[in-house]
Amino acid sequence: MSDRGFAPVAGLAPPLPLRRTDLISSVASSATGLCNGFFEWFGELGIFSWQVLRAAVTPPYEWRELVRQLDEVGSKSLPLVAMAGAAIGVIISLEARYSLTRFGAKSMFPATLVYSVVQVMGPIITGLVISGRVGAGMGAELASMKVTEQIDAIEASAINPYRLLAATRILACILMLPLLTLATDACGLLTGWFAQALVEPLSFHQFITSGFNGATFNAFLPQTFKTAVYGLIIGLIACFQGMRTRGGAAGVGRAATNSVVLASLFLILADVVLVKFILVFFS
Amino acid sequence: MATAYDIATQQAEPGQDGPAPMIAVENVYKSFAGHKVLNGITLRVSKGETLAVLGRSGTGKSVLLRLIIGLDRPDSGSICIHGQNIAGLALDRMGEIRKKMGFLFQQAALYDSLTVRENVAFPLEHHRRDMSKSERVDRARQLLVEVGLDGDIDKMPSDISGGMQKRVGLARALALEPEILLLDEPTAGLDPISSGEIDELILKLQRERRMASIVVTHDLHSAKTIAGRLALLNEGDVVIEGTFEDLQQSDIGFVKEFLQQA
Repeated sequence: MSDRGFAPVAGLAPPLPLRRTDLISSVASSATGLCNGFFEWFGELGIFSWQVLRAAVTPPYEWRELVRQLDEVGSKSLPLVAMAGAAIGVIISLEARYSLTRFGAKSMFPATLVYSVVQVMGPIITGLVISGRVGAGMGAELASMKVTEQIDAIEASAINPYRLLAATRILACILMLPLLTLATDACGLLTGWFAQALVEPLSFHQFITSGFNGATFNAFLPQTFKTAVYGLIIGLIACFQGMRTRGGAAGVGRAATNSVVLASLFLILADVVLVKFILVFFS
Repeated sequence: MATAYDIATQQAEPGQDGPAPMIAVENVYKSFAGHKVLNGITLRVSKGETLAVLGRSGTGKSVLLRLIIGLDRPDSGSICIHGQNIAGLALDRMGEIRKKMGFLFQQAALYDSLTVRENVAFPLEHHRRDMSKSERVDRARQLLVEVGLDGDIDKMPSDISGGMQKRVGLARALALEPEILLLDEPTAGLDPISSGEIDELILKLQRERRMASIVVTHDLHSAKTIAGRLALLNEGDVVIEGTFEDLQQSDIGFVKEFLQQA
């Protein structure tokens, strides 16, 4: 072993020591590249959003494609969000019953479950599930169309791809997310009640009456309809990542991954802002 | 068999003194990431005329077509379609001009989630809303028959051969009855028999429709068959433009070398 802890390799000259200035310039260069990439990405996203907005509000409207996308985002995601909702209902029910019993607040169980599912878990779980299913699907589909020149073919056929491909998908996400959230909430409440009813008798009517006792629309509607913003984020990021893809099959893979990762990340960040906004304006 | 040169010389009088060109590319420059692809290229194509653009790989032939249909924008210079400069036009305004143009992509670029018939009917669905669904289906079928495909219309693009995909792409390009046809390597990757069939098909369409066409190709034989005029590109500019005979008689070293190797 050498003094530095590495055995010298026969036939190879010892590595030159990395000078501090080289290290600093290398780090500075990487940081500059990262910064440039960051601002470039946001700049391109801004231009893309403007193109989509302009295409969405001017005729001709692509109603048929919109209906197809509503089905794709809505109906086909329903079983998945229903299952996710059912699972979180059971989990919250089990956790809440244990904690509430421990603190002698078992009577608060219905309200705890209702508020936890409808205000917190339902929207975010729906957003993340749709980000995974729809975001990846859209990103991969559009990326594949891009690398095989199908998007260019659409444009060459005098059809605005921002209107046909992006605006319809984004609008479908915006419209469907609140509806899917309602489905998640319903399944969550149902299974949450069921899990509780298995342990000790509690009628569904009693559970709902007690759970929503004193609740106002302001307590639930903003939380449900904020998912339209999640829909905007998922649709926009997936379409943007898909339609700017380069580089064949690897590019398609990257677009799908980036769509899910970035959409999920921005969705969680947006939730921070939205929760604060709702607390300030609707509480 | 009448060659395109015969057809073109009967139907069009290209050049400065002829009719106004349908496509006029003037002094166009285009670079990608600092690499100069087109270097001040100038070309004109009139109604009823077919121009074949030849050259080595990477000399900007496909880029030229993408600029003409507006999929890319030139760095400088002008591209006029029917006398209107398209450089810098907004997407929707460009769409109006594109309705008069048909584009066959090198890999056909068929929509892989639609059947052959739906691919051809796709432009009609978006631009011919006055047509009923059955009329659009009939028109798509008619176009497919015109390009020699009367069976297989309900197959998916992945289930047909490369030559058939090119034919479907051509039928789709013709759906809106364009006045300008742009063909990017129409015979690339095809066997000699299929290439010959595609060449004959293009000639037939030229005879019947009298479009202004630009064909980008490596295939000198195909270019000679379908085009009345040839332009040879090197380093982003036209080295020579004229008939096949003009190219043969040229003393330019690159032209001689290209013809020898082709």
